[in-house]
Amino acid sequence: MSKQQTLIAPDVPVSHATYRVIGTPRPKVDAYARVTGRALYADDIMLPRMVYGRLLRSPHAHARILSIDTSRALALPGVLAVITGEDLPRKYGILPSSQDEYALAMEKVRYVGDPVAAVAALDPDILDEALKLVHVEYEVLPALMSIDEALAHPENKINDEARTGNIHKAVSYEFGEVEAGFAAADYVREDWFYYEGNNHAPMEEHACVASWEPHPADPVGGKLTLWSSTQTPHYVHREVSKVLNLPRSHVRVIAPNVGGGFGGKSDPFSHEICACELSRRIARPVKITCTREEVFLNHRGRHPVKMWVKTGVKQDGTLTAMHFRSFLDGGAYGSYGIATTYYTGALQTVTYTLPAYKFEGMRLFTNKPPCGPKRGHGTTQPRYAVEAHLDKIAHDLGIDPVELRRRNLIEPYTRTVNGLRVTSCALGECLDAVVERSGWYDFHDGKSAMNGNAAPGKTGNAAMKRGMGIAASSYICGAGKPIYWNDLPHSAVQIRLDRGGGVTVYCGATDIGQGSTSVLAYIVAEELGIEPEHIHLETADTTLTPVDLGSYSSRVTFMAGNAAIAAARRLREQLFEVAAEHLRVPVERLQAGGGVVYDESDPGTALPFVQAIELAEARFGALVSSGSYAPPEDIHGDYKGAGVGPSPAYSYSTCVAQVTVDVETGEVVVEKLWMAHDVGQSINPLLVAGQVEGGAYMGYGEAVMEQQVFRKGLHKIPSLLDYKLPTTLDTPEIETILIEIPDREGPFGGKEAGQGPLNPAIPAIANAVYDAIGVRIDEVPITPDKVLRALKATQATAGAATRPQIAPTQAPSPWPTRLIRWQPEAIDGGLKAATHQNGDGHIQNEGTTFSAMAKGGQS
Amino acid sequence: MRELITLHVNGESHEIAVLAHHTLLEVLREDLGLIGTKHGCELGECGACTVLIDGLPALACLVLPLEVQESEITTIEGAEANGKLHPLQETFAELGAAQCGYCTPGILLSGIALLRDHPQPTRAQMQEALAGNLCRCTGYTKIYEAVEAAAQRMARSGGA
Repeated sequence: MSKQQTLIAPDVPVSHATYRVIGTPRPKVDAYARVTGRALYADDIMLPRMVYGRLLRSPHAHARILSIDTSRALALPGVLAVITGEDLPRKYGILPSSQDEYALAMEKVRYVGDPVAAVAALDPDILDEALKLVHVEYEVLPALMSIDEALAHPENKINDEARTGNIHKAVSYEFGEVEAGFAAADYVREDWFYYEGNNHAPMEEHACVASWEPHPADPVGGKLTLWSSTQTPHYVHREVSKVLNLPRSHVRVIAPNVGGGFGGKSDPFSHEICACELSRRIARPVKITCTREEVFLNHRGRHPVKMWVKTGVKQDGTLTAMHFRSFLDGGAYGSYGIATTYYTGALQTVTYTLPAYKFEGMRLFTNKPPCGPKRGHGTTQPRYAVEAHLDKIAHDLGIDPVELRRRNLIEPYTRTVNGLRVTSCALGECLDAVVERSGWYDFHDGKSAMNGNAAPGKTGNAAMKRGMGIAASSYICGAGKPIYWNDLPHSAVQIRLDRGGGVTVYCGATDIGQGSTSVLAYIVAEELGIEPEHIHLETADTTLTPVDLGSYSSRVTFMAGNAAIAAARRLREQLFEVAAEHLRVPVERLQAGGGVVYDESDPGTALPFVQAIELAEARFGALVSSGSYAPPEDIHGDYKGAGVGPSPAYSYSTCVAQVTVDVETGEVVVEKLWMAHDVGQSINPLLVAGQVEGGAYMGYGEAVMEQQVFRKGLHKIPSLLDYKLPTTLDTPEIETILIEIPDREGPFGGKEAGQGPLNPAIPAIANAVYDAIGVRIDEVPITPDKVLRALKATQATAGAATRPQIAPTQAPSPWPTRLIRWQPEAIDGGLKAATHQNGDGHIQNEGTTFSAMAKGGQS
Repeated sequence: MRELITLHVNGESHEIAVLAHHTLLEVLREDLGLIGTKHGCELGECGACTVLIDGLPALACLVLPLEVQESEITTIEGAEANGKLHPLQETFAELGAAQCGYCTPGILLSGIALLRDHPQPTRAQMQEALAGNLCRCTGYTKIYEAVEAAAQRMARSGGA
């Protein structure tokens, strides 16, 4: 039977180095712009002669467009242009494998909110009137609003991207010997779970300004600039160019400050493309700002996923095999959905050691706003299911849930049964930390003495039950593969030094609030021995800055950070070369810090930074460097589909939740979350803690309140009043514990923090609810109605029904895709080399390319 | 149909012609260029457009400028004086209470009003005062810490 393989541990022991900037809490470099109202977001951009645009959206969930008459709208004074699908007849989509969107619907509309026409007018008031004057004739078709409806009605095909019926994508994998694993188990359990969809609800609504500048002498006719609240200017650049049929050289996409994204601003959107086309037609800047309702309709949020999981364990809790099935409700279009489908299966092997694993996933098209990536992208739902499922197994076997997890922890420097390379891993340390800080054993040991765990609650009676639950998770530090496969860098940084001492850092990285711009400054400051505030930063501009693929997959600190190190070290070498001669000190003894280059054995022998630049510029010419990063190649298996899941490193998180449940009202009150996160090395612990707290908060919201609700095709709650999200009065206390065991390939050992810590919050809360009331709610969010229904069902059957049943989804038989079997031995020869491979950073300077970070040990 | 009105914003008086149905949020941002006041819903749900009207937090998206001509309006641009930040702005920056920063102006103004009424606010008072200001980034933790730090700083300097 194939086993988890042990990789060779790092040959250089990692240690906590002393840094000047790295690891120190400090303000973000742009913090003062944000607290004074000076920070410009997309909707704050006002250009001379700018006009406004808006989209007309479908009122039907599924309908054929018979005709569109725009003549009355065009005739309205103040209306400058009206466009429809015919005007932008090229398909696009974030994934090359799902090019299924038109900027404006062509033949059919597929959800309430599908854009149909776009209008530009002198002011927003005219737009309201103009949209009413666009006449669209529809033939309404039956709408399919759930996974099971979509499966039951293959004849009602929503999207032609579906291969059969409404199945957008089906995948099937077996790693190791799954049947043998189940046969070797002492205990096998199966469960169904359902995770409802939810929205990112960033505070900033999507907005953009497009400006076409005509240039009659240019055969292309002009150049286009788009400012947009996007997490992925690079991909927007590609798709806008494609749909507008403009060479990419003539399109510039800039992400100004972005008011939160969480994945919801990672797709190219209709409003962006329409603003560009409207601007091109009227040669004036066009702004489109979405309303809050439109943010819910743009969506690309958490997929609703129905899951079935079967796990075999030995009597001591050791896992022997797992079979996991996911059914994703994708909404009307592809978006990132193929990747999401893979993500519902890929990372099950990265948290606990699984010797054999089978995964079948299926994404369905439905007549809802398209789902996409939300913080935790596709891994959040299965993490909830698996952690709740393991909790049941622990309970069934009479094993402490902490102990069950401890017995199965993945080891550092291993390769999983599905071929993923795991490097540093502090999951055990994370588990210890939350158990200790939460007083887990005191709580649970004291519980029996507390007679059913009754605690006085808000109602002042014994209706309040208190419980504590635990969960663990892992997450990628950047996708190992770009969205369109190529051999190019995933991230690049250029640095320019001017003779006045100015340092300008250029990088495509997009700060959506996580602090990526500051991270670039900290890293360059550390390397050059200056203060971060010294540095000018140009980011997220496809014309001015070298590529960074975007703020998705928790990739920016790891990838742009390594690129920044590579770029800064090249400049430092040049500065040190001239400083060594000037100071008559061997170059090995030089250090940079405090704005000088100095002799470490005689710090008084020093050269001011600005003088070092002058000397270096005199010798080398204008000082410019570039560094880039691409993940190592051998971090995944060699089967089709192996490209989703690999990452240069994984972060680990654990969470303990303490809740009270009111058994009379069904309300779940989360009192406290303890969250430990393995971040490798904090670049700035203040920002890391902020990410962990934000992730815990968002996980809490998903666990107990946030959900999309549809009725008769309509989103019923597309507002921040009706879509419940946590306010200050709801949000529990969050205690953050950062575990720092540097990763060998991360920048200064750093790993991600933006997404991973969301994942364990949801199952920890779900498990705490069970601990409180003794009833499982196998569905998220755990709202009062579900708690009461579950309690009632338990009472009605005198405890026999331990949970509300999730109606099993009848999977097509056979599963509609070929099973791919893969044995990890197949790449055994490549494993050990991979463990020694450092980050693949390259520096390019004045035409030369060399490896900045040695790929030592590759034999 | 535009009306000529006078608005007193951040200690300055502006005589402007506004469309009568335009909200204070629209007029501040589009007519006065005070883009520090943000919008997240235009329906009074999110708190991003919070300003102070005669010192009290109010949602600019639910106020008509015609109604507040006699009032003193403070936006985030008015929270600082001659480049000197309010202590809460300082602690928000120092303690990482602003992530994406979009809710920040509104929360700062609600927080400044809170600190004026309760110089040493409890967590419960903070939760109550900020309940109308949604933040999606921070989980509110660092916001509370910044309010507490500002309260201490103001107590040391004898109030602001």
